[in-house]
Amino acid sequence: MAVSLAMTVNGKPVNADVDPRTLLVEFLRNNLGLTGTHVGCDTAQCGACTVHVDGNAVKSCNVLAVQAQGANVLTIEGLIAEDGTMHPMQAAFRDCHGLQCGFCTPGMVMSAIDLVNRHPGADEATIRAELEGNLCRCTGYHNIVKAVRQAAAVMGK
Amino acid sequence: MYAVEYQQPTNLADAASILASTGGRALAGGQSLVAAMKLRLSQPGTLVDLSLIPDLKGIRRNGDRLVIGAMAKHAEVASSDVVKAALPALAGLAEGIGDRQVRNMGTIGGSLANNDPAADWPAAVLACNATIRTNQRAIGAGEFFKGMFETALAPDEIVTAVDFPVVQRAAYAKFPNPASRFALVGVFVAQMGDGSVRVAVTGAAPSVFRATAIEDALAKSFTPVAAKGVKVGADGLNSDLHGSAEYRAHLISVMASRAVVAIA
Repeated sequence: MAVSLAMTVNGKPVNADVDPRTLLVEFLRNNLGLTGTHVGCDTAQCGACTVHVDGNAVKSCNVLAVQAQGANVLTIEGLIAEDGTMHPMQAAFRDCHGLQCGFCTPGMVMSAIDLVNRHPGADEATIRAELEGNLCRCTGYHNIVKAVRQAAAVMGK
Repeated sequence: MYAVEYQQPTNLADAASILASTGGRALAGGQSLVAAMKLRLSQPGTLVDLSLIPDLKGIRRNGDRLVIGAMAKHAEVASSDVVKAALPALAGLAEGIGDRQVRNMGTIGGSLANNDPAADWPAAVLACNATIRTNQRAIGAGEFFKGMFETALAPDEIVTAVDFPVVQRAAYAKFPNPASRFALVGVFVAQMGDGSVRVAVTGAAPSVFRATAIEDALAKSFTPVAAKGVKVGADGLNSDLHGSAEYRAHLISVMASRAVVAIA
């Protein structure tokens, strides 16, 4: 039986009737058309599907949409300002060439923002440890870490 | 994933009666259950989401006890000042589970009810001789873990809290699988209030167990050398592509000695 679901996604209220087995990532991509959140491994390992639920990074391929009932969900699409200004983390990924193919990038950016929120001015070791739930198959980790460090310096100010 | 019904009760009594009437399964953080359902390894008819039940939340110090609500997330335990002051080994254990995103969803109660042979929490619960509180009774750690993915819980029984004695000192040393961060072998060493030593091992066998030979050695001499000197037998231990039973047996003494190093 469908469940009536209400949540806030990127600041906007969303209401829908969903099949309970709908994953959060399926709801975001298929129902809302927010395809910036990627499905990589689909087994909660790679982190490409990372979004924030009430400010905490989670793997949306391993969470049911109904588990985010009433929650505030933030996806990569919700980071950019209305005037088109990128979030400091997005800008830092561009500046530092923190992406190669770009597939893991939305998840990396969402995890990185969560980690910098909890560890303002995070050092390299902290960044590497905190990003262990995000895999980059291009192995572009050095520039990803560089980007997060650059953003961490700006975000704290 | 197979089709499933979903209910989100707001109190424990309703949750228990829905579980009983539907034969459904309790959903905590879902970090194991949702994954198992996606693989069609698990097919509950009804999911009973426990996330709105206030009785299952919170972490508190109660004299010489530390009570962690069943729905406390690993990340909450890891960053809790109450836990760090009372039993810092638990905060360290929680911080080592999975990755950040998993710790933001996964719960202590869900992990214990699932009783994955390589999960971290069972080692802490058994070593500290914690009590599992449910909506029906209190279960001692020694009676709770029954076997691989098997516990003493009845189908409509819900873990409400885990009640740890604040032990003198403790540490957890894990040799993680580098991909999953599950324990290839994890050893929790606890020195209890009366000075006795309890050692619990996860990841090595079908279910968590006490390494009594290492306990005896540490009771005589609480040193890394004493722990490492114990030859653990490989009989009954897991053997898979990640490591043979003999390798795991060897790791048990090694990880126990590392835990003792961390304590001392």
